[in-house]
Amino acid sequence: MSAAEMKAPAPPVPVPPQPAHRDTPPSPARTAPRKRVGAYLPYALIAPTVVAIAAVFVWPLIKTVIMSFQDVGRRELWTGQAAEWVGFEQFTNILGDGEFWDVVWRTVLFMVACVVTTMGVGLLLAQAMQRMSTWIRLALTAALVAAWAMPLLVATSIFRWFADSDYGVVNMVLTKYLGLDFRGHNWWLDPKQGFLIIAAVVIWGAIPFVTITLYAALTQVPRELEEAAALDGAGALGVFRYVTWPVIKPVFQMVATLSVIWDFNVFGQVFLMRGNEPEPEYSLLGIYSFEKAFESNSFSQGAAISLITVLLLSGVAVYYLRQLLKIGEVE
Amino acid sequence: MGSSTAPRPDRKKKSRHVYNLVGILALLVMAFPVYWLVVSALRPNHEIRSYDQTLWPSSVSFDNFKRAIDAPNFGSAIQSSLIICVTAVVGAMVLSTIAAFAIGRFHFTGRKAFMITLLVIQLLPPTAMLIPIYIQLNGLGALNEYWGVIVIYLVSALPFATWMIRGFVINIPKELEESAMVDGCSRMGAFWRVIFPLLAPGLAAASIFSLINAWNEYLLAYVVLQDNDKYTLNVWLMNFTTSRGVDYGALMAASTLIALPVVVFFMLVQKKMASGLTSGAVKG
Repeated sequence: MSAAEMKAPAPPVPVPPQPAHRDTPPSPARTAPRKRVGAYLPYALIAPTVVAIAAVFVWPLIKTVIMSFQDVGRRELWTGQAAEWVGFEQFTNILGDGEFWDVVWRTVLFMVACVVTTMGVGLLLAQAMQRMSTWIRLALTAALVAAWAMPLLVATSIFRWFADSDYGVVNMVLTKYLGLDFRGHNWWLDPKQGFLIIAAVVIWGAIPFVTITLYAALTQVPRELEEAAALDGAGALGVFRYVTWPVIKPVFQMVATLSVIWDFNVFGQVFLMRGNEPEPEYSLLGIYSFEKAFESNSFSQGAAISLITVLLLSGVAVYYLRQLLKIGEVE
Repeated sequence: MGSSTAPRPDRKKKSRHVYNLVGILALLVMAFPVYWLVVSALRPNHEIRSYDQTLWPSSVSFDNFKRAIDAPNFGSAIQSSLIICVTAVVGAMVLSTIAAFAIGRFHFTGRKAFMITLLVIQLLPPTAMLIPIYIQLNGLGALNEYWGVIVIYLVSALPFATWMIRGFVINIPKELEESAMVDGCSRMGAFWRVIFPLLAPGLAAASIFSLINAWNEYLLAYVVLQDNDKYTLNVWLMNFTTSRGVDYGALMAASTLIALPVVVFFMLVQKKMASGLTSGAVKG
């Protein structure tokens, strides 16, 4: 209905019958005044959330950008003294620092290893869960939920103890049951071994979310379709490729993207495992930025590293958004 | 189902054994750290400092729990955690429910932009935001104050909670609320009497999720809160880790005390949470 028709003087013109539409309210006369009041209602409803998010996330993000072009140290922070503008100096310093690139590569490698393992194991487990006996599935679900709910700090302390050189279970099992001599073996001397322990706690903590979400997605796959495909001669892989995968793909991609973001930002596990003072060989981007800011007292350096991290991740973020929007368009 | 759909029962049975084996293996791996936590908390101390760790404790003892509870500031840590988490979650639920209702019910200009913002916020790495947030809190005089931590936890919970509750809002037929209004309810009345009760499960799931996140957070609390008697439970836990070594027995007992309520809550709501997660995903 056009605006002209709305304004047309009431009488004789017969109004053409409107096509019935779900979203069209029953009578325009009744809803017209409500609509006028209601037009601002949704904005009023989201206003508090918009303000809160702007204050806690958007403004600090802008602040990060500003700070990364300044030189903010302890003095500027505590006295409120105006910080000096240094242009791109923070960035050129960081990007020109070989240690920074070591940290970037270490972070990327660690992230890829953790995400691939988590997603692979999670998908396999979710598939297996569909086919195992009910009581085993229930017990496994309980274990997954318990692991999921375990506070990071608690999980990290347990794994730290597992890997303890003198009192750890890992060394005990390797020595006693596998006949290897791991008595008193220190897992932290070689960062490659140390990162195995860190990866173990990260993957162990991430598998429940991935498995349970993928399992929920797998229950959406029509059983008849899978069986029909199997009857038509498709092998297990074929059924997965042509029937199962298309249904769970959006959920899988969303979970994988979230995993990339989480594993790229692993902080607590390293920080706590290394007794709040990780050695430089254990620096991942989050740790590196934290140490530059709080230990070297250069908040601007820390902010610049954070900003670079956000930029590195934004490619993934854009991909994730496009996926979600694609799904959203179906709505 | 017809007999044609189960053509090879013997093969199916055999493969079921394989899946059961996978399930049991996964169960052992996933449950072992949880088992270790509880068993170690109950283990006598001399077994913890043993060069020959055993999988079973020789006897049960509550000494570790006593040491954990007697440690300084246990009471004040519980109090801090409760004040901070409950305030943050209640606030987050109020804001996110009304925002979720707005994007679930109305089509308005800027709706999509708002939804994208919610998603993007979740992509911001929290550790990357730590420094500017710290500086912001410092500027506002919120360092070492509960409210600084509360505001951050509250807002951190908003995007996910809004997204999740929205999934429940769009599942409630619009006609329900319209017929309530035809019957003489105001819009607010219709919301409180019709929509709110139906949203309750979604709200419960979202609030537990937010509560767990706040309850488990420690980095921000560690950086912002400076007085010993303001520490939250997670920051307080660090007391057992000193440069001279870790008191694993007390740490495990204290950790059990902190983790137990979380695990129990989680067990109760995990199904709803998974459905909330997937409905948010599938329905975009």
